[in-house]
Amino acid sequence: MAAMTYREALNLALREEMRRDPRVFVIGEEVGLYEGAYKVTQGLLKEFGGQRVVDTPIAESGFTGVGIGAAMVGLRPVIEMMTFNFALLALDQIVNSAAKMYYMSGGQFNVPIVIRGPGGPAAQLAAQHSQSMETYFYHVPGLKVVRPTTPMDAKGLLKSAIRDDNPVIFIEAETLYSVKGEVPDDPEFLIPLGKALVRREGTDVTVIAYMGMMYRAMEAAEELEKEGISVELVDPRTLRPMDTETIIGSVRKTHRAVVVEAGAGFAGMGSEIVAFVTEQAFDDLDAPVERVTGANAPMPYARNLEKLKTPSKDKILAAVRRVCNANGS
Amino acid sequence: MAKTLTRGGASPGLGVDAAVAKQLLTDMLLIRRFEEKAAEAYTLGKIGGFLHLYIGEEAVAVGTTSVLRPDDYAISAYREHGHCLAKGSDPKRVMAELYGRRDGLSKGKGGSMHLFDRSTNFLGGHAIVGAHLPIAAGVGFAIKYQGGDQVIVCYFGDGAVPEGEFHESMNLAALWKLPVIFLCENNRYAMGTSVERALAQPEIWRFGQTYGVPSERVDGMDVLAVREAVARAVTRARQHKTPALLEADTYRYRGHSMRDPAGAVYRTKEEVEREKLRDPIVLFRDKLLAAGLLAEADVRTIEKDVSDRVDEAVAFADASPEPPGEWLFTDIYKEA
Ligand SMILES: Cc1ncc(C[n+]2csc(CCOP(=O)(O)OP(=O)(O)O)c2C)c(N)n1
Ligand SMILES: [Mg+2]
Repeated sequence: MAAMTYREALNLALREEMRRDPRVFVIGEEVGLYEGAYKVTQGLLKEFGGQRVVDTPIAESGFTGVGIGAAMVGLRPVIEMMTFNFALLALDQIVNSAAKMYYMSGGQFNVPIVIRGPGGPAAQLAAQHSQSMETYFYHVPGLKVVRPTTPMDAKGLLKSAIRDDNPVIFIEAETLYSVKGEVPDDPEFLIPLGKALVRREGTDVTVIAYMGMMYRAMEAAEELEKEGISVELVDPRTLRPMDTETIIGSVRKTHRAVVVEAGAGFAGMGSEIVAFVTEQAFDDLDAPVERVTGANAPMPYARNLEKLKTPSKDKILAAVRRVCNANGS
Repeated sequence: MAKTLTRGGASPGLGVDAAVAKQLLTDMLLIRRFEEKAAEAYTLGKIGGFLHLYIGEEAVAVGTTSVLRPDDYAISAYREHGHCLAKGSDPKRVMAELYGRRDGLSKGKGGSMHLFDRSTNFLGGHAIVGAHLPIAAGVGFAIKYQGGDQVIVCYFGDGAVPEGEFHESMNLAALWKLPVIFLCENNRYAMGTSVERALAQPEIWRFGQTYGVPSERVDGMDVLAVREAVARAVTRARQHKTPALLEADTYRYRGHSMRDPAGAVYRTKEEVEREKLRDPIVLFRDKLLAAGLLAEADVRTIEKDVSDRVDEAVAFADASPEPPGEWLFTDIYKEA
């Protein structure tokens, strides 16, 4: 174990996988000479050279297609989106080419690519640079979607994503790059995709959250502990495929659930979690499942408005208190 | 067969021997018959969805493939039956795919627009206009990365040229020197939109110059001309990793798809009839007869042989069962 930042953990994962497998290469805008817009690929060009750390012009659809073609014939590209906002220019390649190739070809051509980069609410970057992007991807059969909350997850999940034989959308967060945590040095340390994690055990209510919202929910849980409410925190880590079993297991134990998500709530991840919890564990519930979501508005620039857009700790506290007081218990 | 147009005189210097000539004619005829049968099957309701026929454009796929190695790659859009067959796929399995049957190349999950064949390095069958051009560049990238000397031919229509992905791909292939041959099949229309109504600069091959990609225009109705132009591009790509842009001047005799059977709104009957005078199969056959490389009897034998193979393909497709219900959920994710 070593303490390192989320950014360093990602960098280490890339390095280890590139050392292990010569088919792995990194491609994207500013990944080489500039060492990454967020410095995730720092030092890679020096270690691996220009053939494996490929700077591209600003052509998201083009270089994503390049990755897909390369993956079809044996390489394992890691495509960096400078931020996931720009992945929308490559959405057709991701949804119509990468996700469906294996199916349309009747299992002849799989597409082992990772598309990674930051996404989600950032600090005063306004509507086009600060938004939850996972929604656009987790709806699509054929894609896997990962959201790593901690440095340890960042490393273990990115390595698994690179070794996975399918297209994986791996969305980091600008606001987490400098977060520090313990990360195993073992180059074989992997966290399987599709496995949720109980980050905190509790008995009264299950709170499901990831990324920045998990950190906020953690603070809320500590405060609630003092009020005598014991919160269990579950981090899905992979949004597709979703580990419904762990979430349902936790809800069966606590009988209450709150889902926190940064994105605008309508048809969001929270909707999906509430749906399957209700379908599969209705009889175990002592209260309706609540959602705490981002406001149904684009991201504003002004600091005060921005604050209103993203779920606050207070909103989480209020929701948990509501579900815990429900049903008179 | 359409009306014959003979270009006068034996032409001793065709540049191909009798065996090659016979093969080219056979391959073009196979595609023509295959497509005719597919059209029939469509009207019988055996094939559904969109069916885009390649009739009239056979010289492009056949001339091109004739100078490729089996380990070279090809990739195409949705009008790809001809490219797939030319690359060597079994007509039985192609027809079964059109029928949506379990023995189809893609197990019936792809259909007419999504033919793939790993055994021939045929990389699909892509139905989003322009989207497979960057993918082709990626295959070129991988060839170079792996130190190989294969090339990839990327067939696309004139309709892809106004798309951004055409320009992104040309730029990337030129910038990174990728062995990609971009082969535009200019059949003058994207559905009902003529090239003149779509491109401010309608000479497609000239876009190559913009990106420093060697480019030329070739008569897409002349299988030998296609063959020679592609051969030049392949040599450059193999030896120097130089991409190419070729514009094959061709024409589709049928509507855009079976749902546009006449195509009479956006072009005239007279135009279609005039273009049929350039029928690539008729032209080539007559050329071979005139040159004495083939006799009438040879042509009849070829036609019979091709018809038999297509009939077999139809019988095979008809007999192939539907894919089992469980297959709905297979091939979504590849398990480790
Ligand atoms: C991105 C995209 N836009 C629109 C369509 C609908 N569409 C299908 S084929 C076609 C015309 C394409 O013409 P062209 O590229 O010249 O190929 P051709 O049909 O002539 O072989 C259009 C507009 C599509 N499939 N993809
Ligand atoms: Mg066209």
